[in-house]
Amino acid sequence: MASGELTSGAYIKHHLQNLTYGKFPDGHWGFANDALEAKEMGFMAFHVDTLGFSFVLGVLFLFLFAMAAKRASIEAPSGFQNFLESIIDFIDENVRGSFSGKNPMVAPLALTTFIWIILMNTMDLVPVDWLPSLAGAMGVHFLKVVPTTDPNATFGMSIGIFLLILYYSVKEKGLGGFVGELTLHPFGKWMLPFNLFLEGVNLLAKPVSLALRLFGNMYAGEMIFILIALLPFWIQWSLSLPWAIFHILIVLLQAFIFMTLVIVYMDMAHQKEH
Amino acid sequence: MNINLTLVGQTIMFAMFVWFCMKFIWPPLVEAMAARKKSIEDGLKAAELGKEEHALAQKNAEELIASTKNQAAEIIANADKQANVMIDNAKGVASEEADKIKVHAKSELDQEVVKARNELKNQVSTLVMQGVNSVLEKEVDVKAHKDMLSKLSQSL
Repeated sequence: MASGELTSGAYIKHHLQNLTYGKFPDGHWGFANDALEAKEMGFMAFHVDTLGFSFVLGVLFLFLFAMAAKRASIEAPSGFQNFLESIIDFIDENVRGSFSGKNPMVAPLALTTFIWIILMNTMDLVPVDWLPSLAGAMGVHFLKVVPTTDPNATFGMSIGIFLLILYYSVKEKGLGGFVGELTLHPFGKWMLPFNLFLEGVNLLAKPVSLALRLFGNMYAGEMIFILIALLPFWIQWSLSLPWAIFHILIVLLQAFIFMTLVIVYMDMAHQKEH
Repeated sequence: MNINLTLVGQTIMFAMFVWFCMKFIWPPLVEAMAARKKSIEDGLKAAELGKEEHALAQKNAEELIASTKNQAAEIIANADKQANVMIDNAKGVASEEADKIKVHAKSELDQEVVKARNELKNQVSTLVMQGVNSVLEKEVDVKAHKDMLSKLSQSL
């Protein structure tokens, strides 16, 4: 609560403001003190909270799985290893089911997106005021806890996926094949500009829809938690508990959808015959 | 909600995480799982094999027992037969021997009878002689009558 006055609008806006470190218009670098300053920084700025939380969660994911991988026992897997292996099995099944090509990167890619998104989404289930209040007590005025409610995070991932789609399309089909797929389809070469438009939209829609779907769902969920947090404290549980329980479903479902689409897009990029 | 350098940072972070996962996490875990799957499959196969071997061994043992039983029965039957043959032989030998003994005894007995009769004859003739002697006193010429007496005793 940086401003001190607790109007609903200010509360919501405050909760939706990232902790931004960037280049002020006058040239020096520093933390933005309010939303306007953050906006004026333009592209030359970092959302420290998004980067920080997503990094910590990603490292947590890698750490847990790396521990299991290091101690992987063939005879007597621990309960934790069993749990992780069931996840691996689940991912592997999905990849086998949807991905027909041969690429050792797709399964780890799917695993990373799935677990990382789940962890980032799960931050939504932490009561909305806990971490920002804690940060506020330590002198940090803005903190957005859920990285996936920041389009930078979701677009960051989907752009990575998009680059992989482009790379593997060119690698598997050849540059000519990929360009041909974009231009000679679906109406033959006499409708080339129209084909290019259709296929271009189709291609660009992949990363955009990936990023916006995840962002939209998590942003909406977060917004509802913030709105519930505006209610008197003694009644909040009656709404926040059901919503949190429902939100668990969304957390997992969005991660699953993202992962499945990544696998499908990678499969499309690997298919030679169209 | 501004798009800024965070985007680039997130993309790089994502790429790093995927790379790490692909390098150090996915392969060992999948390998461990595959190895466990294989060892379980092998174990099951070995168990199945052992079961089959056990069944085979049991069957062999049963066959062996059955054949042994047959053999034993055969041996017993043979032994019985042999024993019967031996008993029969023994019986034959014994009856032969008995016959021989009987014949021998009979001949001995006959001899004894002949002997006894001869003795008796002699005794009777002596007795007769004595009787005649005592009846006739001196009128009997021993020498003259001796032939007659001995003839008498012969005819007895």
